[in-house]
Amino acid sequence: MNKTSNQKAWFFVIPVFALVAFNAVVPLMTVVNYSFQETFGSNVFQWEGTRWFKEILHSERFHSSLGRQFIFTFIILLIQLPLGIAIALTMPKKGWGVPVCLILMSMPLLIPWNVVGAMWNIFALPDIGFLGNSLNSLGFDYNFTQQSGDAWFTTILMDVWHWTSLVVLLSYAGLNSIQPAYYQAAEIDGAGRWDIFRYIELPKMKKVLTLAILLRFMDSFMIYTEPFVLTGGGPGNATNFLSLDLVKMALGQFDLGPAAAMSLIYFLIVLLMCWVFYSLMMKDEGRT
Amino acid sequence: MSLELKNIEKKVGIETHIYSTNLKLEKNTINVLLGSTLAGKTTLMQIMAGLDKPTSGEIWFNGENVTGKEVQKRNCSMVYQQFINYPNFTVFENIASPLKITGVKPDEIKARVGKVAELLKLSAMLNKKPDELSGGQQQRTALARALVKDSDLILLDEPLANLDFKLREELREELPKLFEDRDCIVVYATTEPLDALMIGGNTATLLEGNVIQYGKTLNVYNKPENLISAKVFSDPPMNIAEISKSGEIFKIKDNNVQWKSNVKIKDGKYKIGIRPHNITTYKEGNNSVEINGKVLISELSGSESLIHFTNGKLNWVSLSNGIQQKNIGENTKLFMNVDEFLYFDTNNRLVTNG
Repeated sequence: MNKTSNQKAWFFVIPVFALVAFNAVVPLMTVVNYSFQETFGSNVFQWEGTRWFKEILHSERFHSSLGRQFIFTFIILLIQLPLGIAIALTMPKKGWGVPVCLILMSMPLLIPWNVVGAMWNIFALPDIGFLGNSLNSLGFDYNFTQQSGDAWFTTILMDVWHWTSLVVLLSYAGLNSIQPAYYQAAEIDGAGRWDIFRYIELPKMKKVLTLAILLRFMDSFMIYTEPFVLTGGGPGNATNFLSLDLVKMALGQFDLGPAAAMSLIYFLIVLLMCWVFYSLMMKDEGRT
Repeated sequence: MSLELKNIEKKVGIETHIYSTNLKLEKNTINVLLGSTLAGKTTLMQIMAGLDKPTSGEIWFNGENVTGKEVQKRNCSMVYQQFINYPNFTVFENIASPLKITGVKPDEIKARVGKVAELLKLSAMLNKKPDELSGGQQQRTALARALVKDSDLILLDEPLANLDFKLREELREELPKLFEDRDCIVVYATTEPLDALMIGGNTATLLEGNVIQYGKTLNVYNKPENLISAKVFSDPPMNIAEISKSGEIFKIKDNNVQWKSNVKIKDGKYKIGIRPHNITTYKEGNNSVEINGKVLISELSGSESLIHFTNGKLNWVSLSNGIQQKNIGENTKLFMNVDEFLYFDTNNRLVTNG
């Protein structure tokens, strides 16, 4: 067979290159550029090598915000996944209840993130907020602006409220794709409700749940807007998650170099975690 | 052992899925439910299994009324059109699953699974998971799961429908053998008359929620009680025409085709049903009559030729052996085997055949 030379394909590829360059490569390289240099503004740069990386990796501040971030994400996943699956299992499969449930479930997802933060901030205010006031009148000493435990509780509650729906919708889609014959076959075998969940529903939902875990991991690991509006990272540094800390360093203190180094490390952690998750969960899929 | 449906009726909302049905299935029989989609085959099977409850009527099994008995407490198994297996179990675990739930000892499980796997040619695949198997093997696994249990009732709901042609033929040949020495009642639902003929046993023809006829398969095929049963049990579709008889002369109403027969029925109006393979491009049988047809479609399958043709208002199908090349629009002569005609009265009841 003769190989024909045709360079026309480049015309189709170049726009993609340009687009990716603009929205990914150029900004990323700018950050990489900053991370090796020191700047005092007015476009004056001084080469620092790997100093910022070493500093960040050894800094107490980074360790504690990274630790907080992992704990937060872990708790979020631990609550939202089982809760989401449980809600999806109890949702109706046909009739008028389906659209009602779906709309109710998608509502929190449609609210802008800073509005969610503001809503919960007001909702949880200890003196006038419905939640804060109710808790206090029930005898709990609740004040999310002063007590770190309460701040965590409120932030987690807010995230559960905001994002569990996503897990619900994904699980619901996964459950709905299971043919009724599977349930009947299991019933005929004499399987109980738990067996059906364990051996049919869960394996059949595997793919959507993998997606749910990945999405919820990434989103919660990079959470910024909602805690920024709700607690601003406080009280003290109690809810100072990675991205909050990063913005404080970059824009608050204008430490562009260390902030750039930190965001690269942050980015690599997210990338690594996603890769590990994905390859662990897709381990068995390669064969098919 | 017997399974008896007494006046079973199933309504969903205002729709009736099964009209009042009586059916008695005896032990050690294979019973084919034959009917097109939506005929009520699956509903009927689900009622037999206890997966669905009839709106009215009773189900008796071995002289016991089991109408309200839960499916888990009945001893039946079912195979579906889709290949239903536990996705993250191996073939062995899949086949063993009904035994594990009932608490059979591990040694016995191993022996029984091994035996069934051998029967279904799965011995080499016991450690694989369903999604590593071909469609045919997946369905064999599902069949093995149904067989391993020694059920009293085995329900097969179009088990071959999703398989490709070769695998279907292969498995269809094996099926009757699998159930030969079993002490159970087998019910097999299918849309294909050929399945029923190959499986044998008994056949019930169904149409739109009614059991039209039940009896020995060949009997139902050769002597359909009425035109509906004959239509259900004919693929390609049966050719039908209104005729009149006077003396020995029979005449098709819509054209002047006529023939002589000494069939002993009164003079008057009738309907005939002619199966496509009784209209051929060559003479067959001692008594054949010629009919002219204009070719509409001609389908060749190698060993058979299907020719759709018109004659006046009639729009018929003929099925001949071998390759019979016909061009579309061509006028051709075909021969009908008079001895194989089915005669129905104006109420569609069979009067006589031959």
